[in-house]
Amino acid sequence: MNPGPFALFKWEAVAAEWPVFATGFGTTALVSLLALLLALALGLAFGMAGASTSKGLRGPTRVYVEFFQNTPLVIQVFFLYNGLPYAGLVLPVFAVGVLGVGIYHGAYVAEIIRAGIEAVPKGQKEAAASQGFNAWQTMVHVVLPQTRRIVLPPLANQAVFLIKNTSVLAMVAGGDLMYQADSWAAGNLYYGPAYVVTGLLYLALCLPLSRWVRRMEKTSAVQA
Amino acid sequence: MGQANGKDFGGAGMIEELLQLKNLVFLLQGLGVTLLISAGSLALSFVFGTFLGVLRHGGPFAAAKAASLYIEVVRNIPNLLFILAVRFLTPLPPLAAAIIAFTIFTTAAVAEIVRGGLNSIPKGQWEAARSQGFSTVGILVHVILPQALRNMIPPLASQAITVIKDTSFVWVVGIEELTGKGMILMGMYATLPQVFTLFSLLAAMYFAVNYGLSRWARLVQVKA
Repeated sequence: MNPGPFALFKWEAVAAEWPVFATGFGTTALVSLLALLLALALGLAFGMAGASTSKGLRGPTRVYVEFFQNTPLVIQVFFLYNGLPYAGLVLPVFAVGVLGVGIYHGAYVAEIIRAGIEAVPKGQKEAAASQGFNAWQTMVHVVLPQTRRIVLPPLANQAVFLIKNTSVLAMVAGGDLMYQADSWAAGNLYYGPAYVVTGLLYLALCLPLSRWVRRMEKTSAVQA
Repeated sequence: MGQANGKDFGGAGMIEELLQLKNLVFLLQGLGVTLLISAGSLALSFVFGTFLGVLRHGGPFAAAKAASLYIEVVRNIPNLLFILAVRFLTPLPPLAAAIIAFTIFTTAAVAEIVRGGLNSIPKGQWEAARSQGFSTVGILVHVILPQALRNMIPPLASQAITVIKDTSFVWVVGIEELTGKGMILMGMYATLPQVFTLFSLLAAMYFAVNYGLSRWARLVQVKA
């Protein structure tokens, strides 16, 4: 008789070979963390530029945001992994993950930061200027601190999308959780338990962040 | 590099060779598959997502909880996992499997958009319609949803863009959509100018569709 896709011995195989999944989980967590830092750095820079009054700063920001929001992450990652070597630049796959996912989500973070800055009333800037703050000091000491409550929930949401999108590494043999699970299952055909365990591990990373966003949205809805 | 195949190909000649009509048609066929998967899953998700969103917004307790559980679980797991799971755990043909996988995922996203849309309609609308003798379903269909839909256009459009971009993930299960067709061409035209032209072309095709979609949504939103 043909055993079902979720037969007990398949679960036992997953349990016995758990380091395969643990290694992938570690890679996914590390790529997510580094990509998130990159996305925040890019997003902060481009977000401030996008909210500025200078056309020379806003133009390049629009190009960055529109390009990366309207083209697939997969294409961008394939370009880094398959395209750049033709120009003599071979990046390790881990770096492809961090750069690809970080730059892609940086475009979304930039829009969140820009919206946050634009939500701070103009009077705040004028008041800061009247106290002798220059533009940079105004941004860092007056405007940005006030955007925190507006930008944190969407930023956490973006972090969830970012973690999920690190699975793009599975398409370039990146050794992340999705890749580890899929190549393990492709070897022994124990797809069922492998995918369930993988799903649970992603939930473990993403669900706490999502719950936190929900709570924040509820409290701000009450305050509003 | 310019001496590939022993012929005196300049970069321009190589690019011309890549951009011959046959290859452009090949890519457009891929775009057709991309749009087919996107449109099919978006249409299905709109139906299921509206149903789920309405249940979560105001359904009976158990149904609202079940809808909520589905949405939370699906939204915190990478789409790629559903693509792989539906492909390898069901007997569906590849294209149908891809549409189902995207429907599983997008239904949850649409449900959240619908819930947000419903929340944006003041309670008074319900009370007014009820006083006129409408049934609950009647109020929903004739009074609430048409108004909510207007607020849902921008997030629905950005969800559609997300779906179109993310269909590039299905190349992993061998479906020849736009990204897949592009990668097949890359295997045949493996020189620096050709590969870079190809990536630019792929990005431009996705960009044209997605940017057009987002512009159109903004136009409709302003008119509505």
